[in-house]
Amino acid sequence: MSLDAESLNLDRLTPEQYRARYEALQARARARAAAPAVQAAAGALPRVWKTETIPSGNYVGLKLKRFDVIRIHNLEGTAGAALFLWNADDVSERYNAGDTVKLQWTTVLTTGRVLFSDMGRVLASITADTGAGHDSIVGPNGPAQANGARNGRDNLRLAAAKFGMTRRDVGPAISLFSKVTTDAQGGFHYAGPPPKGAMVELRAEQNLLVALSNTPHALSPVQESTGAIRIEIGHNAPGPHDLCRHFTEEAVRGFENTDREFLTP
Amino acid sequence: MSIVSDIVVPARAPYSATLKKGQVMRIVDLESQQAVDALFYNAHDPSERYSVQDTLAAQAAQEKKFYLETGSVLLSNEGNALVSIIADTCGFHDSCAGACSCESNTVRFGHETRFMHACRENFLMELSKYGLGKRDLVSNVNFFMNVPIRPDGELTVDDGVSEPGGYVELRAEMDVLVLISNCPQVNNPCNGFRPTPIRIIVSEG
Repeated sequence: MSLDAESLNLDRLTPEQYRARYEALQARARARAAAPAVQAAAGALPRVWKTETIPSGNYVGLKLKRFDVIRIHNLEGTAGAALFLWNADDVSERYNAGDTVKLQWTTVLTTGRVLFSDMGRVLASITADTGAGHDSIVGPNGPAQANGARNGRDNLRLAAAKFGMTRRDVGPAISLFSKVTTDAQGGFHYAGPPPKGAMVELRAEQNLLVALSNTPHALSPVQESTGAIRIEIGHNAPGPHDLCRHFTEEAVRGFENTDREFLTP
Repeated sequence: MSIVSDIVVPARAPYSATLKKGQVMRIVDLESQQAVDALFYNAHDPSERYSVQDTLAAQAAQEKKFYLETGSVLLSNEGNALVSIIADTCGFHDSCAGACSCESNTVRFGHETRFMHACRENFLMELSKYGLGKRDLVSNVNFFMNVPIRPDGELTVDDGVSEPGGYVELRAEMDVLVLISNCPQVNNPCNGFRPTPIRIIVSEG
């Protein structure tokens, strides 16, 4: 749909017309969610330029270029890894948990889904995933849960500080390898730690600053990391039939907003 | 209970106030189904601010829900209590879906919505009065906004359930800066597709 605001007269539709627009979007989102695309990575990561191991309780700050691809391996099945991202070219643009779940009509983040910034643009795509679950509702642990151990909130803050930022710059984050569901009564359920060897692969869709911490989910009964996180970073630009860039109409529009920032004369 | 202020915030408009510890803010949904987006800061150091993840982690540990209701304590990014919900006629207030913005509207509802009004426009204008900006525009509460998260993970904005004259009362647990956007959104059901005024009454506790 490419109607402009004037022709649609969007500020003057009737409630019934607005509702019809909303329900059509919702129906398409439900159809997409009913056909998930969970898949693990197919083969070796192209053009690997960095590998690193994050020991239990520790963190790294990473600078990724657009279309760099990072694989995050949870070797021992530790109960989560905390993640936050910023646009490296303008750090006031950063990961937005609310937009990520609202724009995609789902809290289930896996292959095909994307991570949105606060500016209606895509920061990163989930290009492969073994399906361990990733939570951005409750998210990483903090001092309130960790009982003195190294924790996600403090580690993300430390990584931000080393990029010249402060606690203002760390918002709601993602706990990778953390499956959390809600029940019909509104309660939370944490599914337990992921299997050993769980992996998720993200492709940078902008130049990124990334904070990644080997620390558990806030609801994990085990509040200290139980094993190393291994990362590999390569580079692999998307092809014309890329899954994430076409998985939902919302993603298509998010990528239109993103790619506009990278136009050249 | 002495009244400190009592005003009507027009449809689509912003509002802000600093509450002293112990003061109570009542937000009244005058005509029903009106989402009221709110941000909370430590009035003396706004780099300490509302954190939905700290709040929900604490609620989960107490077997509470993914939404806010009477008894919910809104925590900061330092785990300190900012405000408590001490009365509520609605029973469901969202804090997972964030505030609408012009930019996210283009993704969610189409590029044709780009120049429609949005909560983050209200928030940025109001934040600027306090020397704050987009870096400070973090997780918020959506009072009276019905956002179920279903067991299969689906998250939608559904029809509001608040009645005309419904209200929520917040008690300040520290001196707290409260920013409000009376949500202008018409592309989803959060305002019944028809934004309406709200009333905000601040009183001594």
